[in-house]
Amino acid sequence: MSAISRSREKWVLLFPAILVLSLITVLPFLQTVWTSFTDAEITAREQQVNWIGLENYIWALTDPDFLEALGRTMYFTVVSVGLEGVLGIAVALLLNQKFRGRWFLRVIIILPWAVPTIVNAVAWRLIYHPDYGALNSLLLQLGFIDSYTSWLGDPDRALNMVILADVWKNFPLVAYIALAAMQTIPGDLLKAAAIEGAGAWKRFHSITLPWIIGPMLVVLILRTIEAFRVFDIIYVMTRGGPSDGTKTASFYVYQEYFSYLRSGSGASYAVVVAGISAVLILAYYAGIRRDQRGA
Amino acid sequence: MHRSLFASFALYSAALLLTLFTLAPLVWLVLMSISSPNDLTSVPLNWWPTEVDLSRYGHLVDLNNGAGHRFLAALRNSLLTAGGATLIALIVAVPAAYAFSRRGASLALLFVFLATIMMPPITYVLPLYEIFGGLGALNKTTTLIIVYSAMLLPFATWLMKSNIDVLPVEIEQAAFMEGASTAFTLRRVVLPLALPAIAATCMLSFLVAWDEFFYALIFTSDLSAKTLPVAIADFSAGRVTDYGVIASVGVLATLPPAILAICFQRFIVSGLAAGSVKG
Repeated sequence: MSAISRSREKWVLLFPAILVLSLITVLPFLQTVWTSFTDAEITAREQQVNWIGLENYIWALTDPDFLEALGRTMYFTVVSVGLEGVLGIAVALLLNQKFRGRWFLRVIIILPWAVPTIVNAVAWRLIYHPDYGALNSLLLQLGFIDSYTSWLGDPDRALNMVILADVWKNFPLVAYIALAAMQTIPGDLLKAAAIEGAGAWKRFHSITLPWIIGPMLVVLILRTIEAFRVFDIIYVMTRGGPSDGTKTASFYVYQEYFSYLRSGSGASYAVVVAGISAVLILAYYAGIRRDQRGA
Repeated sequence: MHRSLFASFALYSAALLLTLFTLAPLVWLVLMSISSPNDLTSVPLNWWPTEVDLSRYGHLVDLNNGAGHRFLAALRNSLLTAGGATLIALIVAVPAAYAFSRRGASLALLFVFLATIMMPPITYVLPLYEIFGGLGALNKTTTLIIVYSAMLLPFATWLMKSNIDVLPVEIEQAAFMEGASTAFTLRRVVLPLALPAIAATCMLSFLVAWDEFFYALIFTSDLSAKTLPVAIADFSAGRVTDYGVIASVGVLATLPPAILAICFQRFIVSGLAAGSVKG
């Protein structure tokens, strides 16, 4: 086959994929960028759409509510991904030990991952229920609290409770990847270190951690990208409340579009969110390259 | 290596704690689904049901019951949407993966593919909503299938590419020597060899589509297209006062992915690892 026909064939093979992705993602994204420079609204009647330059962006970047939502999203992202990282590594260390019943734990750990996001949100909302929730009942019966508490009713606490639910669902993925990385550590390396008198912490710190840091970095950045766009669990558990205490960036844009019907300004918020995501995505690729060079 | 008594104790305590943390919310969800409404609203809770009540599951699979009708319609929509999107994504992804693996298509393009699913859906949703609205295509399973196939495509391409990479290239070359076309070779040589990879990719894609909520929430409005996640969010938003019903819908929606995850754990874990870590 000639080089030219091979190259043409490459594009024939790629064409359907490029077509689908262009129509469903790339073009809508460009449309969103364009809309962000206009005063468009979502309405059934004919409307005059005006080009208003950077006005939406100036508004967005000086809007304290939006900036707070961004800050809240970063808090959610950093705390949940941080906890998932620590818990994931701890669980992997445990599952890498030999003990009776280990196979059982290794199997069931996948269950939280398998629970659909919405079911997870609904289940934890019931667990946190202020009047009949399992958490209240458990803590009361164990004597940790004197009376039932509205876990999701306090704006300062609600986000942390949502984070706990999110961590429960997402730590298995991190744990499995940490475990897979740990299993590639040559046993002799750890044995030799132990013989030379390195304690458990020293071995973890100077052998295990550097060995798994590459894959961990990549999976944690991936989780960061996912956590940053958090919407589903918020929608079901709190609808952004109470008093906006859990209103994250995606939820903010969603309301700007579908509650206030302001597509122009909503689009500018969306583009700001997309810009931050783009930085994270570039960090992800940098992480992959680093990981490959290291491996 | 021998462990001290203390180390063993610590190890088994940690294992027990992890088991409780992992299973407690799930066990409680199942218990809620079979407890009577009275047990669920007592303070403090009646943890173990006074009598096992399976009636909610009976109602949910009964088309003549209001909740059952909603549940079964959503189940049908979810199966059609996730199944259809998986099928389309795979049909489009396999040739693309072959181009990346064997025809020297630039990996930068694959990274662009992957970047499209890493962007928040909120950046695509409004133009899609307006376009589909203009075409009169909102609240249709077909619309969700199209959107979902774009969502599944990059990951499926990536997984299939890394699997085709490790197939022996000699067999394909032999087929080309015999004068076979690329289409023929793909269908008759590559596909049979890649069957396990295709099965794994299908399963992961199906699970992702089964889980999707955001687009379904915005693009569907009634039982003709609403998927299970949207129906569950509706159930929990107050139309139902018996928490046991919400719990039983949750249990039923979790069963298919949970069974797949347990049975095909090795597949899934290595697929996820490949998707998130390997370059």
